[in-house]
Amino acid sequence: MGAPAAAAVLKRTPLYALHKELGARMVDFGGWEMPVQYAGILEEHRAVRERVGLFDVSHMGELDVVGPDSLAALQALTPNDVSKLEDGRIHYSAFLTERGTFVDDLLVYRRAADSYLVVVNASNTPKDFDWARERATGQVRVADRSADYALIAVQGPKSAALLSRLSKPDPSDLPYYGFRDTEVAGAKTLVSRTGYTGEDGFEVYCRPEDADRIFRRLLEEGQREGVAPCGLGARDTLRLEAKMALYGNDIDDTVTAYEADLGWIVKPAKGDFLGREALLAQKAAGVPRKLVGFEMSDRGIARHGYPAKTAEGPGVVTSGTHSPTLGKPIGLALLPSAASGVGTEFEVEIRGRAAAARVVPTPFYKRPSR
Amino acid sequence: MNPDDLKYTRSHEWVRVDGELGTIGITDHAQKQLGEIVYLELPEVGHVYNANEEFGTVESVKAVSELFTPVAGEVVEVNKAAVTEPGIINDDPFGDGWLVRLKLSSDADADGLLSADDYEKYVREEEQGA
Repeated sequence: MGAPAAAAVLKRTPLYALHKELGARMVDFGGWEMPVQYAGILEEHRAVRERVGLFDVSHMGELDVVGPDSLAALQALTPNDVSKLEDGRIHYSAFLTERGTFVDDLLVYRRAADSYLVVVNASNTPKDFDWARERATGQVRVADRSADYALIAVQGPKSAALLSRLSKPDPSDLPYYGFRDTEVAGAKTLVSRTGYTGEDGFEVYCRPEDADRIFRRLLEEGQREGVAPCGLGARDTLRLEAKMALYGNDIDDTVTAYEADLGWIVKPAKGDFLGREALLAQKAAGVPRKLVGFEMSDRGIARHGYPAKTAEGPGVVTSGTHSPTLGKPIGLALLPSAASGVGTEFEVEIRGRAAAARVVPTPFYKRPSR
Repeated sequence: MNPDDLKYTRSHEWVRVDGELGTIGITDHAQKQLGEIVYLELPEVGHVYNANEEFGTVESVKAVSELFTPVAGEVVEVNKAAVTEPGIINDDPFGDGWLVRLKLSSDADADGLLSADDYEKYVREEEQGA
């Protein structure tokens, strides 16, 4: 059994006291002291798949990109086509290096033609802020607004039923990846129909001072739905089943958007953007490796960083866990493209032992259509 | 609470010595730290170990942890029920969730291990980040 990690000065969200009160186990996550679990990862995972779960994701970063040239700036900084976004709509995108690899993955919210909210990964926020500010040209202002927002994710098939009873206007009719200003439990918030779980769900951006009250109201009101507070442990198993990439695990500044199987956020036809040339060159030359989903054929869990061995050369496991929904070990791996087809057998080295694995279709879990 | 009739390691295993047999498991503290256990790897019967040697691994959703023998001996029985249904280690770490049974070596020595009181003290110190 391992030794505990050394103590460090960690940042806390406005919900820290509530997590402690709810009996959460706290861990260091990218410099933030966050709940990894309350009742248990499997139980929380199930709550989100079957009912509704609440997550504190206040550690996420929020950048404002505003001004007459904000659209042009975001077009140049991100690979997805921001000109296609309408007011009140969101898309998934990234900041890429000139090599087409990830500085971060992110969501772009369009408030208006000259006003955008960019939501980034917690531990990348300072880097992303500098990255965007240094490269945004013209009449555009980039501001780190992370301290102004707490963020509560309400996720699961019963999330709309729960949130609608506390919200004006009712967020039930929000389209997927849509958002609007909403009053939740009497507080001014921005509600978006987004999430990181593969379920229907919402994210509530509120003022830090309102977060505790909103979370408590959702817990009380959600008794009827069987609501559960959920930690980062369940967030990880949920996102992995939905094959949503995690920065720092599956993607980073060594992995290109094409290698990450995220070609759908790359829109070279829109014009120039950072990373475009490298990505076009990689596509023309052939993408050498690909992020794929796999299941273990042998016993054991393949975890981040474990070496993979294919008939076409080496690869690496980027994420791995026990899938609570499927009841078996799953994971993501970067494998040589020639060995990335569904059904391909390969080996993972689990602590010195070779264990058989097989490429499978993804996502591992797809929510039942309503 | 940690039963008084067991001996404990700083790596959070316990051993119950009964004549020439030693039953080994992990502590309640250990299972709580790991969270829900989903995989267990145990050795085959007949394997011989020194004390403080890795004899298996236990994995929860979040973490993997090696298991170490508190004492030397030969594996005479493994808990197949725990391999099939590792959750019983969470439910009953000192009982049904035992891991292996060893026939102790003639020189096996459990006296150097921690008593229940000493183990509790050790866990408290560890939790305070000593």
